[in-house]
Amino acid sequence: MAKLDDNRIEEIEEMARRVRIHVVKSTHAAGSGHPGGSLSATDILTTLYFEVMDHRPDEPQWKHRDRFVLSKGHAAPALYGVLAESGYFPVEELMTLRKLGSRLQGHPDMLKVPGVDASTGSLGQGLSIACGIALAAKIDRESHRVFAICGDGEVQSGQIWEAAMFASHHKLDNLIVFLDRNQLQIDGPTEDVISIEPIVSKWKSFGWHTQEINGHDIEEIVDAIDRAEEKDGKPSMIIAHTIKGKGVTFMEGSLAFHGKAADDEQLEVALDELGGA
Amino acid sequence: MWEMAKQRDAYGETLAELGRERENIVAVGADLCGSCRIKKFGTEFPERFFNAGIAEQNMMGIAAGLAMSGKTVFASTFAVFATGRAYDQVRQSIAYPEANVKIVSTHAGITVGGDGASHQMLEDIALMRVLPNMRVIAPADYHETIKATRAIADYKGPVYLRLGRSNIPIITDEDADFEMGKATLLKEGEDVTLIGTGIMVSRCLKAAKILEKKHDIDARVINMSTIKPLDEKMIVDSARKTGGVVTAEEHVVSQGMGSGISQVLSETYHVPMKRVGVANVFGESGGSDELMEKYGLTADHIVESAHDVISRK
Repeated sequence: MAKLDDNRIEEIEEMARRVRIHVVKSTHAAGSGHPGGSLSATDILTTLYFEVMDHRPDEPQWKHRDRFVLSKGHAAPALYGVLAESGYFPVEELMTLRKLGSRLQGHPDMLKVPGVDASTGSLGQGLSIACGIALAAKIDRESHRVFAICGDGEVQSGQIWEAAMFASHHKLDNLIVFLDRNQLQIDGPTEDVISIEPIVSKWKSFGWHTQEINGHDIEEIVDAIDRAEEKDGKPSMIIAHTIKGKGVTFMEGSLAFHGKAADDEQLEVALDELGGA
Repeated sequence: MWEMAKQRDAYGETLAELGRERENIVAVGADLCGSCRIKKFGTEFPERFFNAGIAEQNMMGIAAGLAMSGKTVFASTFAVFATGRAYDQVRQSIAYPEANVKIVSTHAGITVGGDGASHQMLEDIALMRVLPNMRVIAPADYHETIKATRAIADYKGPVYLRLGRSNIPIITDEDADFEMGKATLLKEGEDVTLIGTGIMVSRCLKAAKILEKKHDIDARVINMSTIKPLDEKMIVDSARKTGGVVTAEEHVVSQGMGSGISQVLSETYHVPMKRVGVANVFGESGGSDELMEKYGLTADHIVESAHDVISRK
């Protein structure tokens, strides 16, 4: 992929800003949800959907599309934000998040939402599904890629490592996974709950091509994907160092906003900061 | 006497045949591929066969992902691991998104024998039948396993197919029809209905013979190979006709096939009922026949239950 020029980076950053506004507003409207982990993953998601992935919002089931699996399904508000901005469904619909009758379930439902490639929510399972999708592409000699985002707390789950072994054994080099390393899970810092470090060497030792980046730097995200694609025969893990709640100062690094929405006052402060109405 | 054969042999042969006929069939296993008989498919179609190792949870996720890409996926391991170890994966990654995955388990029930309680799955029907979108089938014998394997390959959506380990009697005709969701009448009768599933269908037939010869009781015998959805019409018709029902399954009586039937009858047509099956206990090591005897799964147990039902009519 050609190097991004500054204008393009600004465009993506601008889109990420809009997605952040959607995250904050939709979870506020729902009165619940996971803004912290949605905001930490927003730059990765936005870069994937607006720069990297080959997909057709007007043809969600297009056979040759790149696939995406949100293994950390609770970041659904951010995924819905990029899908709506991509044109999979109207942006106004975002405000129905978590409401009765809405397609936008608390965690993504592939049967309801156009553009969602896998139903996730029970942590630890999405990576296996992504492996299955990548495997099917290998069987069919299709060249599309499979992207996924895992949470850092999520890798405490044993199934992640079952999938990690499987992916390297089967040389799933069409699988590119981000670890949203925002340091926090619902009960506290990952390193206090059950430490996952040294996380880079863990993935390396499982046979993955492993990189570390700043998960809020668009250029680094794109470059890491380019490098991942150069590696034949290995699945790719990109450890993306991120900040939980990124973009809304009072949510940044805050455990409180893992699974809690902004109240009316907080919403105003957040929107002021994000430049949203 | 009946000829004997293993259901898992029928499954392995049929899966390989299906593989020859259909490009989009893929099989996954979890290190028990020989025992589950999917090795034959794997040897013939290595590019469409994946052994996940001793990692059933991942196997179910892999199966789901393959299905989401248009594959018809057969996922096989022992019943205890398929439905117990990987329950949440079956629920979230397969049943909820209606993934086209056929979970074909072998070594279900107490007839696993020597391995003991850790490997004798007696709760799988309960676990699978409660799941939305999931269909549940327990064929009666070798022939029916062939037909069920073909039927589920044709059906789009998640299915749980329950097979045993051991040699069991062949009691159905090779050319008998099989339709998912349809029970079959194996013997007409007026006095009581015996409804069996899986290995217990042959016990029901044997019980019917004993009832006829020794007790002058005319039992109607039904093969309920599809446990979900239940053939409600057959259940109600049989209850009306005979006024009493005995169910028989190699499963705990709590929430198995018999519970499903009692639920149907309690809301439609009340008749005296008795469920033959394992009490709500774990099994133990032993020979298959010894265990069937000890845990209440013989033709004599069905006969006894038939008397009890008739006495309450």
